[in-house]
Amino acid sequence: MSSTVEAADLRLTGPAVRRRGLRAAGTILGVAVLVLIASYAVFVPMLAGTDEKLTDFSSARLPPSAAHPFGTDHAGRDLFIRLASGLRVSLLIAVLCALASMGLGMLIGAVSAALGGRTDRIVMRVVDGINAVPHLLLGVVIVAMFRGSVTAIIASIALTHWTQVARIVRAEVLSLRSREYVEAAYLLGSTRREVLRRHFLPGTLAQGVVATVMLLPHAIWHESTLSFLGLGLSPDQASLGTLLKEAQSEVMLGGWWALVFPALLLLVTTLAVAACGKGLLSRTEGRQ
Amino acid sequence: MPGIEAASRPARRRRRLRQTRVIVLRRLGLGVPVAVGVSLLVFLLASISPFDPLAAYLGDRFAQTSAEQREVLSESLGLGTSWIQAWWHWVTSALSGDLGYSRVFRQPVASVISERLPWTLLVAGTGLLLAAVGSLLLAARCARRPGGLLDRITAAAATLLQGLPPFVISLGLLMVFALGLGLLPGGGLSDPGTEPTAGQVLRHMILPVTATALSQLPWLALSLRASTREALASDAVRGALLRGLSERTVVRRHVMPAALAPFIAVLGTRLPEVIVGAVLVETVFSWPGLAAAVVSSAQALDFALLAALTVLTTAAVLAGSLVADLLYVWIDPRVSADV
Repeated sequence: MSSTVEAADLRLTGPAVRRRGLRAAGTILGVAVLVLIASYAVFVPMLAGTDEKLTDFSSARLPPSAAHPFGTDHAGRDLFIRLASGLRVSLLIAVLCALASMGLGMLIGAVSAALGGRTDRIVMRVVDGINAVPHLLLGVVIVAMFRGSVTAIIASIALTHWTQVARIVRAEVLSLRSREYVEAAYLLGSTRREVLRRHFLPGTLAQGVVATVMLLPHAIWHESTLSFLGLGLSPDQASLGTLLKEAQSEVMLGGWWALVFPALLLLVTTLAVAACGKGLLSRTEGRQ
Repeated sequence: MPGIEAASRPARRRRRLRQTRVIVLRRLGLGVPVAVGVSLLVFLLASISPFDPLAAYLGDRFAQTSAEQREVLSESLGLGTSWIQAWWHWVTSALSGDLGYSRVFRQPVASVISERLPWTLLVAGTGLLLAAVGSLLLAARCARRPGGLLDRITAAAATLLQGLPPFVISLGLLMVFALGLGLLPGGGLSDPGTEPTAGQVLRHMILPVTATALSQLPWLALSLRASTREALASDAVRGALLRGLSERTVVRRHVMPAALAPFIAVLGTRLPEVIVGAVLVETVFSWPGLAAAVVSSAQALDFALLAALTVLTTAAVLAGSLVADLLYVWIDPRVSADV
């Protein structure tokens, strides 16, 4: 295994090496930025001492300064702290969404491929069907019916995004199905359920994780969009979406900082996560 | 493999007709169950959700109605029935042209749709067209010097723009051009108190259209860039360059046509995102389109309107992907519908 990797490395010439170096640099940068963002979200609200919900109308709508690096909002709340706790909520929801999608997607994808035949065809039709509907629209319908429920937000993302994980995992199981060790397991008397549990699910975990990381930016977008439309989290719960919703009215009054900082953070977070996902993807592809 | 040998013109036409039929049938085979499934889902969700359809129907009047009145009303609205019966009732009346009454807009759902759909088509259509033309022009320029300055700037800018959701792009445009510079109006169809004349609408649609175009452009441009690169590496292009044809001609006659078919396919897959973008853009710019009505109907739980819009949007996306599929086969003679 390692000798073939070395042989492949030897074949890479100048520009290829540089490209690979650049890609690795991109991944490292993505991870570094993500660590920075995560520690901002985790530690700033913890260390801030003051409550992020503390209102102080005497210092409402202050532009960024040394005391308030990101300015303050209409109720005098410090946006540097509020954005950190909003980011925390958004990231938490996004991770839960991605995990839920991963669980659903891996299970359905692996079972569908393992069973094959008519079940598989029906599942793939369902996947096509879900992908044909705008995801946000389904999310809006689900969230509208169960207003204000975080579970509904998570479910609305998981129920629309599992298809992407399922597709990748299914393809992987289809290729695993004809491997010798899987055939050996069947010959030794393993049941289909055992093979699924012992070989298919562990064997596709790497692909499943990569697909899930690639889902994270979607999940962040989805939550912020629903909250921005007033259908997600309640407005006093800070999140990237609710802060951007507040920014809409703040901007009308000249409060550019209320829009610029959450938007920048959203941009940097999604780009960093996407860079990590790409890095993981190229690693898993390189291994095969 | 049939069809590889140079076919006569009538034979080609026959083959194309057959492919069209295959694609239409296949899309219908997916589309009808999906539309039925989506409408079923909406009714199922409504039945298990904590929301009370009678309260939603009555709105503010709910508190003023007596228990007996509610009973009578729920009888006449068919609310006592199971969700599947309610769904059947909705389907049969929808097929006979009655989509119900929208509480939010205080008019029949059908007239909400016919009043608002043109405005959505205007902005979303113009935006998508601009994005498509823009990315074609950009990709054609980039293809002349792959890895050059313009190429790299395009790739970087597109990746950056991809990281911004449509509502952030809209808010940014609103902040800079409407509020900061005061160049353009920031919302509505026309200035307050004036009639929406053509000139007014044109000025007011600049920002929403730009936001739509900017949120679609990066995806289209990046995919076009990838397919032009592939086309550039093909033997046909190398041969044309060796024959001494000018770079311009090669890009125009060999690279772009080869990149066009995958581009159409990407356009088709972007349709759901265009609709989502329209929802957000219309909300930010208070554009009186149908997409913004999705949000108001969801916020107010205007069930009749929400159900109709959900199914309608799904149908629109499915129809769009049918058109994209057909164009794909018609444009690229190498593609066969049997794949």
